[in-house]
Amino acid sequence: MIAYIARRLLTMAGTLLIISALVFVIIKLPPGDFLTNQIAELRSQGGEAAATKAAFLIKQYGLDLPVWKQYLVWIGVWPGPNGFSGLLQGDWGWSFEFDRPVNEVVGDTLWLTLLVNIAVLIFVHVVSIPIAIFSAVRQYSWGDYLATFIGYIGLAMPNFLLALILLYYTNRWFGISIGGLYDPQYANAPWSWNKVVSLGQHLIVPTLVIGLSGTAAMIRRMRANLLDELSKQYYVTAKAKGVPPTKALLKYPFRMALNPFVADIGNILPHLVSGSILVSLVLSLPTVGPILLGALRSQDQFLAAFILMFVAILTVIGMLISDLLLAWLDPRIRLGAR
Amino acid sequence: MGVSGPALLAVSDLAVNFASHGTTTRALDGVSFTIPRGRTVALVGESGSGKSVTAQAILRILPKAATIAGGSIVFQETQDGEAVDITRLDPSGRQMLGLRGGSIAMIFQEPMSSLSPLHTVGDQVTEAYLLHKGGSRAEARRAAEAVFARVGLPDPARVFVTYPFELSGGMRQRAMIAMALICQPALLIADEPTTALDVTTQAQILELIKDLQAETGMSVLLITHDLGVVANMADEVVVMYRGRIVESGEREAIFRDPQHAYLKALMRAVPRFDMEPGERLTPLREIATADLIAAAPITVGPTPKGPVLDVTGISKVFTLRAGWFSGNLRQVRAVSDVNLTLMPGTTLGLVGESGCGKTTVSKMIMRALKPDEGRIRFDDGTGLRDVQSLEGEDLLRYRRAVQFIFQDPFSSLNPRMTVYQLLTEPLRIHEQISEAEKFAKAKMLIEMVGLDKRHLRRYPHSFSGGQRQRLGIARALALSPKVLLCDEPVSALDVSVQAQILNLLKDLQAALGLSYLFVSHNLAVVDYIADTIAVMCRGHIVEQAPKALLFRNPVHPYTQALLAAVPDPDLDHPLDFDTLRTGRFSDPTAWPHPFGLGNDRPSQMEEIEPDHWVRTTTSERAAA
Repeated sequence: MIAYIARRLLTMAGTLLIISALVFVIIKLPPGDFLTNQIAELRSQGGEAAATKAAFLIKQYGLDLPVWKQYLVWIGVWPGPNGFSGLLQGDWGWSFEFDRPVNEVVGDTLWLTLLVNIAVLIFVHVVSIPIAIFSAVRQYSWGDYLATFIGYIGLAMPNFLLALILLYYTNRWFGISIGGLYDPQYANAPWSWNKVVSLGQHLIVPTLVIGLSGTAAMIRRMRANLLDELSKQYYVTAKAKGVPPTKALLKYPFRMALNPFVADIGNILPHLVSGSILVSLVLSLPTVGPILLGALRSQDQFLAAFILMFVAILTVIGMLISDLLLAWLDPRIRLGAR
Repeated sequence: MGVSGPALLAVSDLAVNFASHGTTTRALDGVSFTIPRGRTVALVGESGSGKSVTAQAILRILPKAATIAGGSIVFQETQDGEAVDITRLDPSGRQMLGLRGGSIAMIFQEPMSSLSPLHTVGDQVTEAYLLHKGGSRAEARRAAEAVFARVGLPDPARVFVTYPFELSGGMRQRAMIAMALICQPALLIADEPTTALDVTTQAQILELIKDLQAETGMSVLLITHDLGVVANMADEVVVMYRGRIVESGEREAIFRDPQHAYLKALMRAVPRFDMEPGERLTPLREIATADLIAAAPITVGPTPKGPVLDVTGISKVFTLRAGWFSGNLRQVRAVSDVNLTLMPGTTLGLVGESGCGKTTVSKMIMRALKPDEGRIRFDDGTGLRDVQSLEGEDLLRYRRAVQFIFQDPFSSLNPRMTVYQLLTEPLRIHEQISEAEKFAKAKMLIEMVGLDKRHLRRYPHSFSGGQRQRLGIARALALSPKVLLCDEPVSALDVSVQAQILNLLKDLQAALGLSYLFVSHNLAVVDYIADTIAVMCRGHIVEQAPKALLFRNPVHPYTQALLAAVPDPDLDHPLDFDTLRTGRFSDPTAWPHPFGLGNDRPSQMEEIEPDHWVRTTTSERAAA
């Protein structure tokens, strides 16, 4: 088991190394970036001071080095202008657009992103699983049709529109301020109980909006999976043993139907980050989605590269978690059955 | 009868309806029979005749679409106890839950799919005990281990914590029986309990059920389509046909003097060892296509003078990883030193239990696996060529010439393709012909196997098991092959349909000069269709001879055990449970001298009479 995890961690490191190279190359591919644009501007201004500043920036960020060296400096295995200082050393680089270190720019948004996503994940599962079980067990009943209908609405509704509607009404009925994850007065305030309460209130709309389509999709898939399992022989066996219906359902077919969802955890995490950018923009959530969009637009290379790496790390960790969970849940995987 | 008083279970005038798309179909109609205390009643019939629906009605676990439309099922657990009409109970009410699994228990056909792979055997077996008897987990565990020991599972404490997929088929079925018996039910319903098992395992399981019945005095409702099993197990027989009971009575009366035409036909459809040479089975519904087949414009090409397929000394070793998390590797010798020759226009039967390497051999012939040693040669009329060295156009030609018929007609046809697409897919891959020619060929193929050309537009799900197997055969014939590899082609089918398929294969062979490698665990079936038989055990061919020689004079202990384990639908040839009990005959190290293998002792095939080969370790026999 320990050997297995060690092996997995090694391959994860390898995967991340390859991803980091890809990310860096792709960001470097289009001609020009935030800094070269800035230098060009300085040069066009002419004058001794501007030229010196341009030369300083080029030196500082190693733009005179070949790309492969820039990459090695970025990940921190090659001495840059400030010695070994890259991702491995915890130095995430400099954001030219904000003219601040990347870690200050992303700051709180990293864990707020995680918070929103975990809230969404919990919401999706808590809501969809009971509905899915209901519609599978009572297939073709009015309740099944109703759940299916609501599910389709959830899938079809543009979620930024739903976001706007919900924002309006939560503001009108409950007095919750529009946008963001807390009231404006707490934005730069230190953490306090009131700020946490405000955060909780503001989480409701994003969770609902981002989670709705996921919930609808999950109901459909869980229902289909469960319907397959309900016709399996081992469920008949359980019933023939005299196991009460609800217990038989949850112990046997439901547990079998869970597998694909556990296997999905690895995909859900990164998808939630990139899939919710539009909603995050509309709701002006302080999450990494909008920052990533901005960084890509202005070709702010270190910021964009760091966020892409963050998503990649979420993915490989999610994959590891889902593999370990699967092995724990399903003895066939653990014991290597045919 | 011996037992007087009210029967344990009395079904009278039971009717069950199935509703689908607004119409109702009557699945059971006026079904009446009784199960006396301590006796075995066999419910016989083809699939779809309503046997399983009857069992489900007794347990009230009918599918949602089914409703009990009339009649009663009166269950009286003890002689002077209270009688309950099961049809009046709430299916998920407390009284029914108590009966189900407690007083009436059921075992199913497929021991793999009947147990949940996610829970340990112990968990699933104690579940019934905890539900019905109460008590602590420790008590339940003790009870489970006691019943494991009783049903012959070695090392009960270990079995308790294993998962079903870690056990062999026979062990799983024993675990399943343990699960049914842990609450000491008054009635055991066994739905095709041995159909999915090897003959030798089947004999052991049947004996186990008999012994347990003698010990506990429970009654058994045995559902089966195998008349051989019925002849060996049942006290009374109830024959069902299309949801009705057509005949019932004591076993003796039923077998010695069958009355109903259906029952007589059923008996004629079973292959027996004492059939005359050339005698033909009579299926319930004959498909008369022999003329069509004979007239079919299929060209087989030149016939080789020697063997069409020649397998010399092939071996295959599989390397398995012991567990997902460990790096330990284990080597399994699946096939060792196998020699086979298939002469054109004949059938070579390959017999053995599951796991003996039969399928690995056929896969190597298909070139789906590469043999580690030895070679496989094929002759298309132009001389023997090594299959492994074929490439390009030659390999394609080989692939056309050797076709496969699969065991499971349900999963071997793509449910999303129409019959027309299925039949013409091989043509699309291998032959460039026009759409009109393709249609003509598909029509010819489907008519050859006794189906109608209107069926071409349908999807596989609208066909029965036997019809699907015929579609599989038609598909295999599409490219005018020379050799058909048939991997247990009839073991998933009812006896009546089995006879139909076997006759079809015989007709095809006679008309087209096909050669078959027929892999099966059923000796009676192989006896019917094969010319030469090779018996395989643990990767070795242990005996090989022309059919008549092998059955007249089986020499190898394993062959003898296999022969003894086939239940004969003849009351005068009951199974000899005593010789089958040991269960050691499939262990090569336990065979008596000079047959015993193991410890890498060298062994060779020895010709004890012309064409009759037996594997021995020493040549002492020859010397003696």
